Amino acid sequence: MGRMNGLVLSLGALGFGILYLPIIIMIIFSFNAGKLVSVWSGASLKWYAGLLENDQLLSAFGTSLLIALWAATIATIFGICIAVAFVRFGNFRSRLALSAIASAPLVMPEIVTGLSMLLLFISMESLFGWPSGRGVDTIIIAHATFGMCFAAVVIQARLRDFDMAIEEAAADLGATQPFIFLSITLPVIAPAVVAAWLLAFTLSFDDLVIASFVSGPGSSTLPIVIFSKVRLGVTPEINALATVMIVVVAVAVIGASWAIRRRLSGRDQNQ
Amino acid sequence: MVRGMAKYLVNLPAVTGRRLVIALPLIWLAVFFFLPLIETLQVSFTSARRGIPPYEPLWGIGDDGFFTNFTTGNYALLLQYWSDYFGPAFNSIKLAFFSTLVCLIFAYPMSWWIARSNEKWRTILLVLVMLPFWTSSLLRIYALIGLLNPNGFINAAGLWLGLIDAPIQMMQTDFSIYMGMVLTYLPLMILPLYAVMVRLDADLLDAAADLGGSGMQIFRTIILPLTLPGIIAGSLLVFIPAVGEFVIPALLGGPDQLMMGKVLWTEFFRNRDWPVASAIAMLLLAILTVPIIYARYQDGRDTVAEMPNPKRAEAG
Repeated sequence: MGRMNGLVLSLGALGFGILYLPIIIMIIFSFNAGKLVSVWSGASLKWYAGLLENDQLLSAFGTSLLIALWAATIATIFGICIAVAFVRFGNFRSRLALSAIASAPLVMPEIVTGLSMLLLFISMESLFGWPSGRGVDTIIIAHATFGMCFAAVVIQARLRDFDMAIEEAAADLGATQPFIFLSITLPVIAPAVVAAWLLAFTLSFDDLVIASFVSGPGSSTLPIVIFSKVRLGVTPEINALATVMIVVVAVAVIGASWAIRRRLSGRDQNQ
Repeated sequence: MVRGMAKYLVNLPAVTGRRLVIALPLIWLAVFFFLPLIETLQVSFTSARRGIPPYEPLWGIGDDGFFTNFTTGNYALLLQYWSDYFGPAFNSIKLAFFSTLVCLIFAYPMSWWIARSNEKWRTILLVLVMLPFWTSSLLRIYALIGLLNPNGFINAAGLWLGLIDAPIQMMQTDFSIYMGMVLTYLPLMILPLYAVMVRLDADLLDAAADLGGSGMQIFRTIILPLTLPGIIAGSLLVFIPAVGEFVIPALLGGPDQLMMGKVLWTEFFRNRDWPVASAIAMLLLAILTVPIIYARYQDGRDTVAEMPNPKRAEAG
């Protein structure tokens, strides 16, 4: 099988190359003094300096951050509810309905979700006068809606592995269900809850399509601003911004996986 | 106050609590996910007008009693301008299909490589696969533009090395679309493939080799059948969002790479014809119904946890 291994390795390496080459080139040329992503005209930090003075990008960053924080929090709370219902409640009456409606957003094209949410907000406004216009609040609702379905998937996976005996023991000793949940279940599934929150946060922070439909004047998110800039051509400031964002995410992801690995190997040693 | 709330929560009767846990997300999703789809269906059957909102109400009760503006005109329009609407629809399916295939060609050896590595390398390679996933896909597409542009990195490097005489047109072609799709969706293909490959028993392969099976025979009779569930799951995860993709055709494609997402976007934002945009949304859903239902009932499993999820590996 030696020949096949060579093919496997070269195709695999090419795959990683496709994933990383654009990012690496962009990071290198974000320090380029010139505007082009091809001609090196000396090292410079001017695009990073320009970034700090770009009020439009900075305020969009703030808007996105605010939206993602709220959307992720709402999504996680509802995601916990969905996961608990599926894993703990057995065959309740509306199980099929909840299961269908909680998994459909996972596969729904963003462009359909965005358009339909906007149409709903408009008809709600004409019926009840709420939400008046579109803005940060409508984006939060839209992001929380699909975020909770992803959060539910993550939390459910962890809840399934959970040892029911602990909960049953607590119940035998007279603890009420909500008390058991808050004092036993929640601490145990905490890592999954954090992961779910981060996932919902990332999905919200990166979303362009849905936010474009349900945003209003003055509530442009970071992806909306980036998209409109990129459409007009390559802007080196975006290189700098992307580099900053990618480095932050990379440090967080590598740090998190290192911490998980350390904890796991520590646990193995204790046993 | 928090303490009071906690006390109230703890003493809540179990049945009420249970109902609340089910009802809260169910109501939220019914209102903010299901109702919007119904509303879109309604708007797709009404006509456009000048005003806010730019469409007639489908039905209502006015001075003369009940009225309705029901029309199938938007769908008739889609049929009448067949090549403008169904053309992009076929194009979407074609581009999504070949993108899925290209992703599979790269993801299969990559997953195999990861699954057969030792534990340390496996973690490193998996993090390398997941990392782009946590970064903005919009920015990664933007990075790709810098690479493929006529005055971008690849052309500049090719000219400098003397490999090419003039810049090659890579942007606004099917090639740039496929590159964008691979860049965006490759991790979605790798994760389910890796999940089945890492469970594959190495003894099986050794036994087959000991009995004289050739590499190709082992692949065809053992590896391929056992990894088929991963291939199906990964292909659905790539194909479904790829059909409705907007950002990739908008930024990397030209007039020949029209896809449904872009056509819907143009109808909505540029032509402001919301009923036609809604009809396109319904057409897109109709196209995706088969793969979506297939994905959901693949093995008759009914919960969301069974949906293969890209970021679940991270949660472990």
